[in-house]
Amino acid sequence: MKKQLLIPFALLTCGAFAQTPSGHSILEKVDANMTSETSITTSKMIIHGRRVSRTIESRSWSTGADNAFTEYLAPARERGTKMLKLGDRLWMYSPDTDRTIQLSGHMLRQSVMGSDLSYEDMMDDPRLAQIYAAEIVGTEAVEERPCWVLQLTANEQDVAYQSRKLWVDQERYVPVREELYAKGGKLLKRINLSGFKRIDERWYPMRMVFKDMLKNGKGTEFIVATIEFNAEIPSHILTKAALRR
Amino acid sequence: MILSLKLAYRNLIGAGLRTWLSVIVLSMSYVVIIWMQGFLEGWNQQARRDTIEQEIGGGQYWHAHYDPYDSLTLKESHAPAPAVLQSENTAPILIAQATIYPQGRMQSVVLKGIDPAQSVLALLTSALAKKGAYLPVLLGERAAKSANLRVGDQVTVRWRDAHGTYDAREAQVVHIMDTDVPTVDAGTFWVPLEDLRSMLQMPREATLLVVDETFNDPPSLTGWVFRDQTFLLEDFTSMMKMERVSSAIMYTILLALALLAIFDTQVLSIFRRRREIGTLIALGMTRGGVIRLFTIEGALHGVLAVGVAALYGVPLLIWQAHVGLSMPEVVDNYGMAIASTIYPAYSVRLVVGTVLLVMAAVTLISYLPTRRIARLNPTDAIRGKLS
Repeated sequence: MKKQLLIPFALLTCGAFAQTPSGHSILEKVDANMTSETSITTSKMIIHGRRVSRTIESRSWSTGADNAFTEYLAPARERGTKMLKLGDRLWMYSPDTDRTIQLSGHMLRQSVMGSDLSYEDMMDDPRLAQIYAAEIVGTEAVEERPCWVLQLTANEQDVAYQSRKLWVDQERYVPVREELYAKGGKLLKRINLSGFKRIDERWYPMRMVFKDMLKNGKGTEFIVATIEFNAEIPSHILTKAALRR
Repeated sequence: MILSLKLAYRNLIGAGLRTWLSVIVLSMSYVVIIWMQGFLEGWNQQARRDTIEQEIGGGQYWHAHYDPYDSLTLKESHAPAPAVLQSENTAPILIAQATIYPQGRMQSVVLKGIDPAQSVLALLTSALAKKGAYLPVLLGERAAKSANLRVGDQVTVRWRDAHGTYDAREAQVVHIMDTDVPTVDAGTFWVPLEDLRSMLQMPREATLLVVDETFNDPPSLTGWVFRDQTFLLEDFTSMMKMERVSSAIMYTILLALALLAIFDTQVLSIFRRRREIGTLIALGMTRGGVIRLFTIEGALHGVLAVGVAALYGVPLLIWQAHVGLSMPEVVDNYGMAIASTIYPAYSVRLVVGTVLLVMAAVTLISYLPTRRIARLNPTDAIRGKLS
């Protein structure tokens, strides 16, 4: 009789465990949604200032997490400004001066055109499953969607953020909120992601709001107008020569 | 010669107002040249003294990769401080870049870690010995003004450690120092060395080591380069050279105006006194003697000008050296060591050198018009003709 009762209980328990994937497998699925070998994106960045908001349109080509090329399309004042990231180096071309400068030191810590993103942040685009150990610390509903709350801790030293907290949609495996912490535990940045759209086999957030938690302001909106994954990118685009073209 | 001097002096005084006008203009050249040179020398002495006391000491050992003009090098330019330099007469400094958030604004700063107990640099680093929950910060007035911070204010500091990982901590301003050396002030947050080493995960490391002025025969150390005072003051020396050239242009113009007045006086004098010149030659005076007489007359302008300049210039320059010259606030942004008040420094060499220079110029300019006398026919001159 006992045995008869135990078998269905064991099956139920196994079923429950099978329904809750591990933190690492969630992260891998998140990476599968959020990252790609290459991508071509047209986007708008809305920077909310104290008095007015500014919108900057750009088109970006990126390969993996290391290399990216961005051209600003609007407003007229920024049109033609280009940025190239190759590994841990970043160059910026300004059409007004017709000069290319390599951003370094304190310049990398400046915010990009007054936004809540620094040039350093723009250079940081890791594949989470590779560098973080994830632990599910709870479940929470965000925008009425059930989410796992993942605590990520870096398993290597050379990483920008020692820990992160991630709210991952249980059905779509996309992050809906992310918090980035300093090594000492201070909350540095919060990112809210929304407007998820099915593109090919993946879900992708078309709107992200970045907020530097140490800075005053309403944050910076990043709206993806179009995005193309794993598209072929001509090799000449990701070169310094492309900056002056 | 004595006769020529007496004659020249009598003629000069006899010319009256014409002479005194030239003398007054020339005396102003003396005063202005001495004042300007004294001002530059005062600035030079003050800036060198302050820079040595507060920034460079008796020289610095730099990490081989350190380049203060290339912030890219900061990431690689740190290593354990050499054991041979760990003594009371060296001050290790560790440098890193960081971001502060005063009143919710984002601002880049340079963190410089220094031992609070050091005595090599004349900075009030003892203020950093304060222990507490906050990271103690010492900053200059320029940095405090730029970040809008006062003593006791707290600010979040964010930095990246040796591995590139972000960290953040609350800091508190413990002292704001008044310094004339912008490189120890602008955009710089001084923090305790051990705290910064721990924050950056760089134990026992330094970017540079300042040695005091008693440090002799700097040893050669692998991975470190010794920079002496001459090297560290090279930029300032070049700037002073440029300043001296630009001030020389100004007083050359002033001197040229005074010399022009003397030249005109000489030309006019020779024209008006052609009968006198003819008579002197007819009476047996050599042409050389007449030329000497007129040259001495011109040169005496310089001697009289020394007397007139001394009358009003000495009290004026002494008063200026006593009260100094207040510099406008805008010079703070020039990026070089300038005190709020500069006290001119006059040396005997400067005064004597200036007098000799002006006298030589006046004598030369007085001689030039007299060369016509050599070609003068005495009979024509007596009749009032100039050939």
